[in-house]
Amino acid sequence: MDYRGPGRVRATQKPMPVIEHPEDALVRVTRACICGSDLHLYNGNVPDTRVGSTFGHEFVGVVEEIGPEVHKLKVGDHVLVPFNIACGKCHFCKQGLYGNCHESNPSATAVGGIFGYSHTAGGFAGGQAEYVRVPYANFGPTVIPEGMDLDDAVMLTDVVPTAYQAAEMAGIQPGDTVVVFGAGPVGIMAARCCWLFGAGRVIVIDEYEYRLEFARNYAPAEVYNFREMDDPVVFIKKATDWLGADCVIDAVGAEAAGNAMQTITGRKLLLQAGSATALHWAINSVKKGGIVSIVGVYGPTDNLVPIGNVVNKGLTIRANQASVKKHLPRLIEHVQNGILNPKALITHRMRLADVADGYHIFSEKLDNCLKPVLIPDTAQAA
Amino acid sequence: METTTETNPQRTQVPRQYAHIPGWGVDIDPKNDPTYPMRDRNRDEEKGYTWERPPQQPVNVEVLHSIERPNVSAVFGSTVPPSGLSGAIRRVAFKYSENHYGHWLPLILADRVNVIEGIIDDLRHGHVPNIFAEKGWKADWKHNRAGLITKVAVMAAVTVGVVALVRRRSRRS
Repeated sequence: MDYRGPGRVRATQKPMPVIEHPEDALVRVTRACICGSDLHLYNGNVPDTRVGSTFGHEFVGVVEEIGPEVHKLKVGDHVLVPFNIACGKCHFCKQGLYGNCHESNPSATAVGGIFGYSHTAGGFAGGQAEYVRVPYANFGPTVIPEGMDLDDAVMLTDVVPTAYQAAEMAGIQPGDTVVVFGAGPVGIMAARCCWLFGAGRVIVIDEYEYRLEFARNYAPAEVYNFREMDDPVVFIKKATDWLGADCVIDAVGAEAAGNAMQTITGRKLLLQAGSATALHWAINSVKKGGIVSIVGVYGPTDNLVPIGNVVNKGLTIRANQASVKKHLPRLIEHVQNGILNPKALITHRMRLADVADGYHIFSEKLDNCLKPVLIPDTAQAA
Repeated sequence: METTTETNPQRTQVPRQYAHIPGWGVDIDPKNDPTYPMRDRNRDEEKGYTWERPPQQPVNVEVLHSIERPNVSAVFGSTVPPSGLSGAIRRVAFKYSENHYGHWLPLILADRVNVIEGIIDDLRHGHVPNIFAEKGWKADWKHNRAGLITKVAVMAAVTVGVVALVRRRSRRS
């Protein structure tokens, strides 16, 4: 995969990656998803996204080669690779903040290294490729349990842990009403995970009927289309006895629709770090003293949000990139026990060679696309 | 609250109205209120920049590092090092901290310049980029034909309009 500029990608032959660090592994990719947050890159909204970059932070694959200091993997292991690159040793990793590693990204201190997510996130090549270099192979990659479907495994690299952490960060107490903005894969899975934490009511808001329908059946959740409302905040207040939701999850981020001013200044003119419509609604629709959990991705500059209301309502805002490695044992258990069924979210399986069509279909929500997976021709090599 | 006899680790019984939801309540954590820390705090954090660093990846390409850190991280991506005019702009950007618009706005400008450099580079190598294929219009033709036709018609109308306007102005002058 080769990024050529906003809205333009293509499949190209590139040099084979090599071991560059003693703790590197070289992985032959067998599945790679396109993530909603890849669309921020695709649309040119993330600073320092260089032409020639390879995207892709959700992938699984087979270890083909290991560096001299790799002891926890062996050639031939089929691994799922967390989207964030973590050393496991630094100040932040020691605290379980694996999404905030300080030894994986020279370019920005606010974000740890992420595969295929611009030079702002470390400049690493991503997994929408046949082969990928995986740093810190002793720490990040996890051997896929025997019998686990690769489609489930690839969803454990980002979607499921991010969604689970969204629900965890929401601080849900038994019986709470939770509103989830966004019915993309993460939003739908977050709605599903809210129940695991004992939610009493889960409401999903989006603009695409096919996604809302999916969320209604899969989560399961109450679903509403904000295009049919005068004001989503008033709608939620009315639906929650005029008090607001106990917890609100922003699973949308910078590509949010629904407010012309935010869309123009955030997505078209790039005067702010993406459109903060969902976050704006989240802050205004949560109960006083409530919790807003943010997993939607925003750029590194500024966003227009009603911070005064955060103060006046006494809100708690919790946000982070998911600590994938921390959540994996529990989530693997949930998948194996049948509590979570992540592969059901995958709607499109395509050849890596068709990456341009994959991005366009996902970006434009064509053909009822919810989650596309790219499969390199070399995936079958083993 | 009416309950069933289904059990889970944290709560002995699942309320009947949630019995149809697999896993309801299995991860209930009463301690997870807003003051519950997301991180496992320990005394190491008081020691500052003192952890045992992983070995340093050899720096064989130009790596622009944030001035908010003293060094290059132990690993980094070596793909697409800065080059050309966009690279020069990126080097200027990295003179400013992440706290500064002087960092981010030049990076966005560099990204746009880089797109033009990419097209020039393609042409230099004898490759004419197929913009339509790169934009995934084949998928549009398959799944959104009416939308694609409308898009092309609008573009054509705008182009004809602009050309007509320019020709009229040039005739007047």
